[in-house]
Amino acid sequence: MFSFCTDPSVLSDRPWMACYLTTGKHMSIYYSVFTVLLLLAITAPVALAFGFGGATAARSSFAPLRWFGKSYIAIVRGVPDIAFFLFFVIALDQGIEYLRHKALCRDWTEPVRQGNDFVVCQAAKMPLGDAPQWVHETYGFSLAVLTFAIVFGAFAANVLFGAMRAVPRAQLETAEAYGMSQRQTFWRVLVPQMWVFALPGLSNLWMVLIKATPLLFLLGVEDIVYWARELGGTKTSRFTDYPHGDWRMWYFLALLVFYLIFTRISEIVLDRLMKRLTHGQATAGGEAQRKAAA
Amino acid sequence: MKTLFLTTAAIAMTATLALADGHGKTVRMGTEGAYPPYNFINDAGEVDGFERELGDELCKRAELTCEWVTNEWDSIIPNLVSGNYDTIIAGMSITDERDEVIDFTQNYTLPDPSAYLVASPDADIAGGVVAAQTNTIQAAFIAESGATLVEFATPEETIAAVKNGEADAVLADKAFLSPIEADDPDLMFMEQEELIGGGIGMGLRESDGELRDKFDAAIQSMKDDGSLNALLDKWEIGGSF
Repeated sequence: MFSFCTDPSVLSDRPWMACYLTTGKHMSIYYSVFTVLLLLAITAPVALAFGFGGATAARSSFAPLRWFGKSYIAIVRGVPDIAFFLFFVIALDQGIEYLRHKALCRDWTEPVRQGNDFVVCQAAKMPLGDAPQWVHETYGFSLAVLTFAIVFGAFAANVLFGAMRAVPRAQLETAEAYGMSQRQTFWRVLVPQMWVFALPGLSNLWMVLIKATPLLFLLGVEDIVYWARELGGTKTSRFTDYPHGDWRMWYFLALLVFYLIFTRISEIVLDRLMKRLTHGQATAGGEAQRKAAA
Repeated sequence: MKTLFLTTAAIAMTATLALADGHGKTVRMGTEGAYPPYNFINDAGEVDGFERELGDELCKRAELTCEWVTNEWDSIIPNLVSGNYDTIIAGMSITDERDEVIDFTQNYTLPDPSAYLVASPDADIAGGVVAAQTNTIQAAFIAESGATLVEFATPEETIAAVKNGEADAVLADKAFLSPIEADDPDLMFMEQEELIGGGIGMGLRESDGELRDKFDAAIQSMKDDGSLNALLDKWEIGGSF
């Protein structure tokens, strides 16, 4: 990266460090920080949408929809994250390929399962075998986002389901007394008021989601934990210009600081959001705000 | 007119499909990227090492387009079998257990002696604690011997275990351990070495016989013209054909 980096072995500590921290390999770990942030930025709203859908389904008056909502919440919440991640991603990937195989390669006579092998025709591969590496990575990343969204959506659904029930019944009855339809009551009275009850639970989920991002590596996405382990490992002088001992501790310490700073910022933002949502609500918090202002 | 158009489209589709099955295919080479000199990630963040050079040469000779992917050692066989990549080229010794699940090409290294790396010359390798990477021939070997086996997911952790005293020795391929021994004054080799495994080969799905034959022929041609031996020498891996 810098012009003085041509022969790192003669450099003093500071320039050596500057060169070391800007190798192509280190760029990968900085890049993976953005991968993690991008994952959070996409997963959080999608999971919230899944949660909202799940909660609405679970309190629906139409029985099959209610069963679907309730079983979604119960099943996903009851399975360990890691097991779900390992099972679901493989099952989803093979499911997609199997369906594409059936649709695209009708004249294929060999079985899809041959002993241990899962064999589909080339055209059914997801992504296609000749697709460039970034397509494979994007596909893996999308599978990861979907899996995270389903898992965290189930928890969010449970939180929102509780929050919807926490809205005082009198509010809904008043709305009905004013002649609002069920749909109007839901969107105009229930939904705006439930967020304040949901936020503590949702903020908790957000924190867990941030900390769960290292699970990405299970899904084949090279995240910061993978790179920290790879970069921190002992490097001998034969295979690198920057030999060093076992530095994994320092890399993991950096990760720890990164996650701490990130969760701290989240806490501050969530606190502000809570204050804003409490404003004018018929809750203890809202009442306290009103008294303080008066 | 419409039928004609549809038929043409259908023919065009089948033509591309046939093409995709034949030449357009990219062979994805799966490796671990954590086992120098066989394979590792270099300073630029790319896969490098003996197997990178070997693999690129094999692909050239077999007239294939190849692409490199890294995968954890632990799940390297399951991910091959489920089709995430097409070959394993990751310093994997040919063994009967693995051969039941996947297919191997002929070996491209001779059985490399496995060495014990220890922190003190009087370490007890016969009855003490010996570290090895999970699912390796070395781990299987120690499990059979009288020593206590501790397994780790990555080669890095096996070395760390010896340095912090958790294990008395680490058993691994000598070519992997030599550069580490040379750099670290606290570590040394035991005289005793073990000759295990049947050499390293490339792993492929059992249903992929055609691809296996192509790589097999390419390896044979590299053995015949001596270029494989030159590569082995360059990366200081023991034995030549």
